[in-house]
Amino acid sequence: MKLLTLNFLTCAIKTCKTSPASFPLHPRDCELEVVESESVNLPFLKNILPRLMWDELRVIADELGLPALPSTPPTRDDLVEPSSSSTTTISHAQNAGNAAEGQQQAEEKPSQTARDLHRVLLETCIKEGKLVCGNCGHEYKVMEGVANFLLPGHLV
Amino acid sequence: MSRPEDILPPDLFYNDTESRKYTTSSRIQRIQSEMTHRALSLLSLTTPSLILDIGCGSGLSGEILSQTPLEGTPGGPHTWIGMDISSSMLSVALEKEVEGDLMLADAGQGVPFRAGTFDAAISISAVQWLCNAESSEESPAGRLSRFFNGLYASLRRGGRAVCQFYPKNDEQKKMVSQAAIKAGFGAGLLEDDPGTKNAKTYLVLTVGGGELDGDITGVVGGMEGVDVMDTRRRGRGMKRGKEVKGSKAWIMRKKEQMERKGRVVKANSKYTGRKRRIQW
Repeated sequence: MKLLTLNFLTCAIKTCKTSPASFPLHPRDCELEVVESESVNLPFLKNILPRLMWDELRVIADELGLPALPSTPPTRDDLVEPSSSSTTTISHAQNAGNAAEGQQQAEEKPSQTARDLHRVLLETCIKEGKLVCGNCGHEYKVMEGVANFLLPGHLV
Repeated sequence: MSRPEDILPPDLFYNDTESRKYTTSSRIQRIQSEMTHRALSLLSLTTPSLILDIGCGSGLSGEILSQTPLEGTPGGPHTWIGMDISSSMLSVALEKEVEGDLMLADAGQGVPFRAGTFDAAISISAVQWLCNAESSEESPAGRLSRFFNGLYASLRRGGRAVCQFYPKNDEQKKMVSQAAIKAGFGAGLLEDDPGTKNAKTYLVLTVGGGELDGDITGVVGGMEGVDVMDTRRRGRGMKRGKEVKGSKAWIMRKKEQMERKGRVVKANSKYTGRKRRIQW
């Protein structure tokens, strides 16, 4: 399970819904795995960035023993590589006009920050372990990267 | 046609053999992919988004979500999180190494995500399973309302959800869409090939607050070959779910009620509940 998903999961038990402690779920005894993926999906990162709870992500990274994340979340501008693109934009724009310019925008280069963010959110996965609710202490097992959120009838 | 929903609960019905059959059948694959593309066109996403796949099964629809625009997925490649109740289905998905995250969860128990998580949600052939309750502790209505309430909360404002499902009858269709409306969605049903055996029902749900038009009529606005049938205005003046006292429906209900109590009730005929007009 990706850390991205963990940044959105809450406890499934109804009585926990109202409690702020039900988010985030705390990983315990976790076995991590890095799944390499070919490319950084920059538009997606930009899209998801405002929705991330950065402080909680830092807490989770800390609990998993990952290197500490910066204390402030990156901004959208941090994700784009600033250098060298401007010159190519101009030459491309001169060559092929407006159409190329639009394409150039779509092909913005991801910066190191974006690559790091991609690594943390989308490539780092929890393979085995448990997720524990901070409010009720219910444990959700994670096996082969699949979290079990089935609840026994009396907790629904 | 037999309905698997009537045979067993989903976690038991889709065991290892059934899951494999489901995933390898080229006919099912084709239908599922057609329906996923249709649902995607209803979602009309423009940027790579975070999508919830309810009843993702072996990831047949998920595979399409993680394709690029060149391969036919508008706005892709999307990142998706799938939930399903059948562990066998999920293990098939794991074998196929789908890109989305998988979760073993019962949609009828709610959607365990924090508010405003997803840009969109998709569900292909899954919601009809919620219309069955397997234990006396739960009811179909309760399961549906927990699901739609959870889904409504987990979508961001202006988000959309498309649920394709196979309703058993009109009653079930109504039950599902009423549950969605009760949860706060702007809801509408889109039917492809209505009246045929291949009828496919899509429940199109919108969460207010976006730049979009309120409900399904805004979603299908630009689409070809779609007839809009607005049934909302019907019976606006009347109280919902209550027939007029003295009407035929009321008389029939009362007669039934009395019959159940064991009273002697006259048999129904074509004259029952008719006005006795003077006719020359």
